[in-house]
Amino acid sequence: MDILVVLENNNGAIHRMSLEAIVAAQKLADEQNLSNAILAIGADSNALANAAAHYDTGEVLTAEHNLLSVYNSDGYAAALRQVIDQEKPSYVFFGHTYMVRDYVPKISAQLQRPFLCDVISLKTNDGLSFAKQAFNAKLAADLGVASEGTILVSFQSAAFNADLISSGSAEIREVAVELDEGMIKTTAEEPFQEEAGGVDLTAAEIIISVGRGIGKEENLPIAEALAQAIGGEISSSRPVVDSGWLPSFRQIGSSGQTVSPKLYFALGISGAIQHVVGMKGSKNIVAINKDAEAPIFELADYGVVGDLLEIVPKLTEAILAAKN
Amino acid sequence: MKLCVLVKQVPGSESALRIASGNTWVEDAAALFEMNESDNYALEEALQIKESLGNDSEVVVVSMGPERVQKVIREALSKGADRGIHINEIPEIKSDPFATAQVFANVIKVENFDLIFSGLQSDDVGSGQTGVILGEMLGMATATLVMATEVQEGSIKVKRELESGWFQWVSMSTPASITIQSGINQPRYPSLKGIMGAKKKEMKVVDLSTAVTIEKQQSFANIYLPIADKKTEMIEGNVDQMVSRLVDVLKTEIKVL
Ligand SMILES: Cc1cc2nc3c(=O)[nH]c(=O)nc-3n(C[C@H](O)[C@H](O)[C@H](O)COP(=O)(O)OP(=O)(O)OC[C@H]3O[C@@H](n4cnc5c(N)ncnc54)[C@H](O)[C@@H]3O)c2cc1C
Repeated sequence: MDILVVLENNNGAIHRMSLEAIVAAQKLADEQNLSNAILAIGADSNALANAAAHYDTGEVLTAEHNLLSVYNSDGYAAALRQVIDQEKPSYVFFGHTYMVRDYVPKISAQLQRPFLCDVISLKTNDGLSFAKQAFNAKLAADLGVASEGTILVSFQSAAFNADLISSGSAEIREVAVELDEGMIKTTAEEPFQEEAGGVDLTAAEIIISVGRGIGKEENLPIAEALAQAIGGEISSSRPVVDSGWLPSFRQIGSSGQTVSPKLYFALGISGAIQHVVGMKGSKNIVAINKDAEAPIFELADYGVVGDLLEIVPKLTEAILAAKN
Repeated sequence: MKLCVLVKQVPGSESALRIASGNTWVEDAAALFEMNESDNYALEEALQIKESLGNDSEVVVVSMGPERVQKVIREALSKGADRGIHINEIPEIKSDPFATAQVFANVIKVENFDLIFSGLQSDDVGSGQTGVILGEMLGMATATLVMATEVQEGSIKVKRELESGWFQWVSMSTPASITIQSGINQPRYPSLKGIMGAKKKEMKVVDLSTAVTIEKQQSFANIYLPIADKKTEMIEGNVDQMVSRLVDVLKTEIKVL
C-alpha cells in the first residue's frame, strides 16, 4: 500500500480536514500511479468506513477496539502504529487537527520516522516534496526527508479542497489491533464547551477585529470607535484574549469562533493560519498592518500599510463625516 | 517535585527575517530574538506550580541553540527558575523535532523530572512535536494544548483545548510531558531582585554534538517567501489619501456606508 489516509471522527461524520487529506491522496495517487486506502479508527469506525467506501480509494480499513471508544493519545498511537506495521504504507496522511497534533508525534517517536506536519502543498515535479509554513507564515519551507520508510504527513486546513473529492466504491476490511489497558497512560473526561458569551459574532454583518498590533489595552477604544461609527462588532485574535483585554468569546480562529461577515476589518493582525481559518470566508477583508510583508495581505481584498493608531481614528472621523 | 521547562529563543513577531545563504534558515544577525511565546506561558505555569507546592520543588530550564540562547535561560532564571542547562546548537537538526527531542532526552534523562513543560509549538519551525516525542522517548504520559493544570502527589490533571471553544480534562500519573497553550496564565515580568539573583544561579553548558548518534528525520531543504495567490488592492498614498480611498471603497464597492 502506498498512501493511507486516516479519518477523524467529527460527531459521527468524517472530519472535513480528513476529506481534504483524501483529496491530497487521490491527487498524489493519480499523478504518481500509487495505490491508496482509507482507515477509520475507534468509535463509529463502521459508519465512517461506510461513508468512505463511496470515495475513489483502493480499499477502506477499520481498526476497532473497546479501548479506542473514547479518544486517548496512547491507544490511538498504538493502534495506528500496528496498522502501519501490518500494511507498510509509504505515506500516512492526516488533516492537521488538534487531535493529530496530540497523538501522531508519538507514532513518529515509536517508528523513528518523520512526521511532516501542517503541510500546505505537495509538489510532484522533481520527485515528491512537501512544503510547510515557517517563521509564523512569513516564510515557506520545502521539507527534506532524511531516510527511506513510512512518512507521516498532516495537511493544513484548506490546503486541499474537499469539494474536489472523487467518488468510487471500495471494499471494507477490518484490521486487527491488540491493545491492553497498561498501554494507556491518560484518563479523559467528557468534552465541554465554555461560556458562549453575550454576542453572536456569526450574525454580525461587519466585524472590526483587533490583533496584537493594537499595542495595549488602552488603545482598544480606537477600534471600538470605528466599530460604533460603522455599526460593527468587535472581535480579536488570540493574543488580545490571552492578555485579558477582551473576553474569549470575542476570539476568532481555530480555537474561537468562525465568522463570514460582509466586511472584516483586520487591524494589526498578522494572518496566522489559526486566525485565518476563522475569518477567511468573509466577503470582504480589509487589512491595516504596518508590515507590508504580513501574511494577512495575501488574503485581504484591500490592504493598507501603515500605523493603525494613526489611520483608524482618521478613518472613523471620515466615516462619520460621510454618513452625515 | 522536579519540573523541567524547555524554552526556545526565536525571532520575535516584530523581527526582520532575512533568508540566509544556503536557503535553509534566516540570518541570525538581522533577527530580533525573544523567548518563544508559548514557552513563556509554560515557564509561568511551572513557576506557579513550584510556588504552590513549596520550597523543595525545583524548576530547571533547558534550551538548545547557539550561545545567545543563554539570554532566555537567564530571563527564566530571573523570573524564578532555579537552574539552567544550555545545550550547544547542532545546526543540522534545527528544523527536526525528532532529533531535537532525542538530544533533550539524552541530556535530561538523568534528571528524572516529574513534569516536563514546553510551549505547544515554536514560532520558527512550528512543528509542535518536540514535547510529545520527548515524553514518548522517556516513557512518560503526554498531553498537548493545555489550558489549566491541577497537580497532585504523583499525578496531574490538565484541561486540554479542543477545536472551536471545546475543552476536556485529562488525568495522568507523573512523570508526564505537557505542552502549554498561550493564555493559560499571565506570565510575570522579572523583578530587579530576580535579575540580580539570576546572575548567581547555575547554568550548565552541555555539548552533545559528538557524544550521541542523532537520527535526523526531516529538515528545511529550501525556504522562500510564500507565493501570494489572491489579488489584493493595496491602497497607497499619504494617510489622508488612504483614508479617503478606504471610505470610497466602503461606500461604493463593499457598500456598507
Ligand atoms: C493550536 C493553536 C490554536 C490557535 N488558535 C488561535 C485562534 O483561535 N485565534 C487566533 O487569532 N490565533 C490563534 N492561535 C495563535 C496564532 O498562531 C497567532 O499567534 C495569532 O493569531 C497572532 O495574533 P496577531 O496577528 O494578533 O499577532 P501577531 O502575529 O503578533 O501580529 C501582530 C501584527 O500587528 C502588526 N502591527 C504591530 N503594530 C502595528 C501598528 N501600530 N499598526 C498596524 N499594524 C501593527 C504587526 O506588523 C503584525 O503583523 C493559535 C495557535 C495555535 C498553535
